[in-house]
Amino acid sequence: MATTALDHAPAHAHEQSGLWSWITTVDHKRIGILYGATAFLFFLLGGIEALIIRLQLGAPDQKLVSPETYNQLFTMHGTTMIFLGVMPLSAMFFNFMIPLLIGARDVAFPRLNAMSYWVFLFGGLILNLSWLFGAAPNAGWFGYANLTEKQFSPGHNVDVWVVGLQVLGVASLAAAVNFTVTIINMRCKGMRMMRMPMFVWMSFFTQILLLLAFPVITVALIFLMFDRAFGTNFYYPPNGGDPILWQHLFWIFGHPEVYILILPAFGIISEVLPVFSRKPLFGYAAMVFSGAFIAFLGFGVWSHHMFSTGMGPFADAFFSLTTMLIAVPTGVKIFNWIGTIWGGQLQFRTPMLFAIGFIAMFIIGGLSGVMHSSPPADLQQTDTYFVVAHFHYVLFGGSIFALTAGAYYWFPKMFGKLLDEGLGKLHFWLMLIGFNLTFAPMHILGLNGMPRRVYTYPADLNFGFWNLIETVGAFVLGLSQLVFLYNIWRTARRSEAAPADPWNGATLEWSIPSPPQEFNFPELPVVDGRDALWEQKRKAGGPLPEPKHVSGAGIHMPNPSYWPVVAALGVAVTLSGFIVGFPYVNIAGAAVLFLGVFKWAFEPAG
Amino acid sequence: MSHRPFPGRRALRWAPVALSVIALVLAGCSPDQYPQTTLRPKGDFAHLVDHVFRTTFVLATVVFVLVEGALLYAMFRFRARPGAPEPEQTHGNTTLEIIWTIIPAAILAVIAVPTVKTIFKTSEKPARPDLQIEVIGHQWWWEFRYPDQKIVTANELHVPVGKTVSLEMTTGDVLHSFWIPQFAAKRDVFPNRYNNIWFKAETTGYFSGQCAEFCGVEHGRMAFRVISETDEQFEKWVGNEAIGSPLNNSGAVTDSELVAHLRVEGDTNARLDSLMIKGRAAFMAGGCIGCHAMVGTPMAGMTALIGPNLSHLGSRTSIAAGTLTLTPENLARWLRNPNEVKEGVLMKLPRPLTEDEIAVLVPYLLAHK
Amino acid sequence: MSDAHAEHLESSTGLDNRKMAIWTFIGSECLFFASLISTYLVYKGKSKIGPLPHETSQCMLHGQMQQCDHIFEIPLVTAGTAVLLFSSFFVVLALYGAQRGNRRMLIGWLSATVLCGLFFVGMQAYEFTHFVHKGLGFTTNLFGSTFFTLTGFHGGHVTMGVIWLSTVLVLAIRGKLPPEKALNLELAALYWHFVDVVWIVIFPVVYLMK
Repeated sequence: MATTALDHAPAHAHEQSGLWSWITTVDHKRIGILYGATAFLFFLLGGIEALIIRLQLGAPDQKLVSPETYNQLFTMHGTTMIFLGVMPLSAMFFNFMIPLLIGARDVAFPRLNAMSYWVFLFGGLILNLSWLFGAAPNAGWFGYANLTEKQFSPGHNVDVWVVGLQVLGVASLAAAVNFTVTIINMRCKGMRMMRMPMFVWMSFFTQILLLLAFPVITVALIFLMFDRAFGTNFYYPPNGGDPILWQHLFWIFGHPEVYILILPAFGIISEVLPVFSRKPLFGYAAMVFSGAFIAFLGFGVWSHHMFSTGMGPFADAFFSLTTMLIAVPTGVKIFNWIGTIWGGQLQFRTPMLFAIGFIAMFIIGGLSGVMHSSPPADLQQTDTYFVVAHFHYVLFGGSIFALTAGAYYWFPKMFGKLLDEGLGKLHFWLMLIGFNLTFAPMHILGLNGMPRRVYTYPADLNFGFWNLIETVGAFVLGLSQLVFLYNIWRTARRSEAAPADPWNGATLEWSIPSPPQEFNFPELPVVDGRDALWEQKRKAGGPLPEPKHVSGAGIHMPNPSYWPVVAALGVAVTLSGFIVGFPYVNIAGAAVLFLGVFKWAFEPAG
Repeated sequence: MSHRPFPGRRALRWAPVALSVIALVLAGCSPDQYPQTTLRPKGDFAHLVDHVFRTTFVLATVVFVLVEGALLYAMFRFRARPGAPEPEQTHGNTTLEIIWTIIPAAILAVIAVPTVKTIFKTSEKPARPDLQIEVIGHQWWWEFRYPDQKIVTANELHVPVGKTVSLEMTTGDVLHSFWIPQFAAKRDVFPNRYNNIWFKAETTGYFSGQCAEFCGVEHGRMAFRVISETDEQFEKWVGNEAIGSPLNNSGAVTDSELVAHLRVEGDTNARLDSLMIKGRAAFMAGGCIGCHAMVGTPMAGMTALIGPNLSHLGSRTSIAAGTLTLTPENLARWLRNPNEVKEGVLMKLPRPLTEDEIAVLVPYLLAHK
Repeated sequence: MSDAHAEHLESSTGLDNRKMAIWTFIGSECLFFASLISTYLVYKGKSKIGPLPHETSQCMLHGQMQQCDHIFEIPLVTAGTAVLLFSSFFVVLALYGAQRGNRRMLIGWLSATVLCGLFFVGMQAYEFTHFVHKGLGFTTNLFGSTFFTLTGFHGGHVTMGVIWLSTVLVLAIRGKLPPEKALNLELAALYWHFVDVVWIVIFPVVYLMK
């Protein structure tokens, strides 16, 4: 039935410009750019939601937005940042870089890859179009039952949330299958697993977490969807349903999810630090094994999100100990990164600034996490701004700083131009200062009694001062993003092309032109160790000549296809039937999906 | 990379500014200005919790200083010098890996031991509590029932100082979380289940608490107060609350008993009678009786209504779960339009109250101390 | 310039990408069914009213509460289980035929597999409607909700498998499944075996365990 996507049309025959070429592309590099652009727009949208939240909280007893709107804002801010921001920004790098890093021409399943992107886009649109109808999800990104039951959330808001997440889950699962097979099966000759770049290792663990964690939230959401649509009893207390089932299922997904958010960031840092320290990553094997241990143990800590639910002392103690345990491999990574820069020749170009910023901020986030690991202490911290501080330090100070480092690092390879250094440094300092102004005081507020998810607070609790500082900080953060956008816009208008290897890189992507040709490598590389490119330059006695563009005749690249978009549309429409509650929508969607899949399977190929 | 002298000397110019900022920050940090702080425990449970917290905090601070310090040092010490040769291409060091695996594990063990001990200590229900209270979370207010004293109240929890109070907690609708930072930590409340938390207040006074689990549109306005008082004050309060309590003879109270109970110095029976009659009429005509138990009305003995028991509203310090201080103006504002004060509140009047009705209801409600 | 045909890449492990993809997908599906089965077990015995799987109970039938029998009919389901198990064996035989170019074996055994799958789905459809008539609906109690969701999703997977196998069967009949393309059947067979293994867990856990 399905055949591999290698085809007989010569590479140079594929249309390179125009909207249709982007819609039908199956080129991992273009798909990566699609992910990145879409995700960055969603990230900015999530940021605007945050700014409105901060304006509302900037002083006590404010009425800038209604409580209902506020609840939609914080729900969408969280959902957007996690599912439409950090995850697809990571996917941008999985897509563009993994085949290059392992010396391959594309991923294992290029059309499936395209479908993942389109499903992601449709999922994000479903979630956000709800704003236009005043029905944006409003029960938190974590949607605790039984608030989410129809009885207490009668509107369409929760239905939109459930369907949106299910659609996004399909995208993630498809991509996870794709990248797992790609990494295991498509490495170039000589690239044993223990010679792979660290970003590939961390991405590999991320895919495994995706494969194992997403089915669990799929089931949790199915239960909720059935409760709301049909009246089943999964979370319905009057008939014996227990809301704690939702919490367990959600967090069995939710905790691995946060490792899904941070492991790619760890990988990026492990790529950037060696290049700008001019020495290899310290403790390669330890970094691989600590990553594996974190991924594995990540499934054993979930109830640390539930310490206040009264699970009993044995459950509390067990999860407390596993949570403390997971701090050990995390610490190992931080020490190995410091070991990498120790004794190096540190060049503080923009990617390096963000990488160092990552380490500094992640240490803080990790330490507040350790403080949460003790249930008695956590009983005062959970559901307060102390937790909000913790996760923003690891997700923003961690993931976003690392993704930004990756963006500056890999921008020349992806777009053929270098971002401006001066503006990059301005971006960094504004972001560092704005970030800390916004989130450091949250530690103070949390310990001094400010709960989270509150749309306002009374003046006599004296939370006003730090909230105001945080609001100012948030706008400084917003400013830093404007600087970034300006940098991108200015760079786009420049004509100066970036060389293939602007940073003296260690890995294979720097051996091909910037940006790469469709087929990536004229000849598939052969490696015999880690940091293959450094090895090559050492043998050559200096920098390598600028790689030439070649014709690519005789290299077969997969044909573009529009069936992935059709299938993606089918997925989105089928699931959307549950929002409108109209079965014909489900049936029509399923028909489109079946059509798309069958046509895709039988698409003429060699 | 440009070669700069060690930035230390230039940095010293910024010292006065830095010190002022630090002083400001520390001033803004003092827990004593925060009524809901977790850092000034005033109850035995809270002290146990605080002890574990401080241990973790101190260790975290030490680790923070050491590790960030190492990072900062490395950043300055190993800055690229122009023309410098390629640094030594170290790949790793097994001894170091072992050391920096074992030491953090040891530090964590130091936190783990008191943690596990405290978990078990705080999980045991008190064998012989001095006072039992049943807590029921609602959207968006707190109900408190004292089974032994046979009273029912809302949003303000009176407890005798120095006595062990055991709370059995549940919810009437969605998940909430009961949190009094200075006496205890928090516990979530679930339908069809009771979670327990206990505390012994060390001092008298007013202490604030808040719902700490997102529970819908007005989660942000679901506060409550704990009033810790002497035994005498507590007994007096209990005696007061018992009059008209649904758990006490189904709230049945004769009018003369009620008037005698509510009469204050200088008041006349006649005035009070008139207030009660007019007020009761307005209470029923306005539809309040559909959701609120009130002494002297047919609903006096009801529990499990949507709204709180108002029989002793006048003795409370705030209304709408801590949203407004209890004053005649605020009460009138609330009655005029509850949705304007607390948007989405489940108090939906069948029809707007007239100003005359409000003018009668406010003194009627306030009189019910 | 590299020779295009010689560049048909050997995979790093020697396994075809698509085969690895099916195994990866199956790994993910294991967690899916594990979550459904765990929920069934967690809610087992907690229904507030009947009908119940193994014992008599009070249930609502035709508008009034009455005594209801246990609802499972083990012999029928056991037959369906046996048929499903045999079908896994049949598809192995069909694959054997496909790999050796034995058209009769391939089409014969593959048809048998599809028929078995249809029988199983038919058995389930009958069982579901029968249960509804005996008072057990999707929303009746925790047992109804968990049972129908778990076995319904499994049945859905069986149905997808039947469609997939039928498509391969049509290809085989049209002569489009030579030995070089036997992998197409192998992929479907792997999925089919997985669906069978899931049932081997569901059957004792749901139907046999009291």
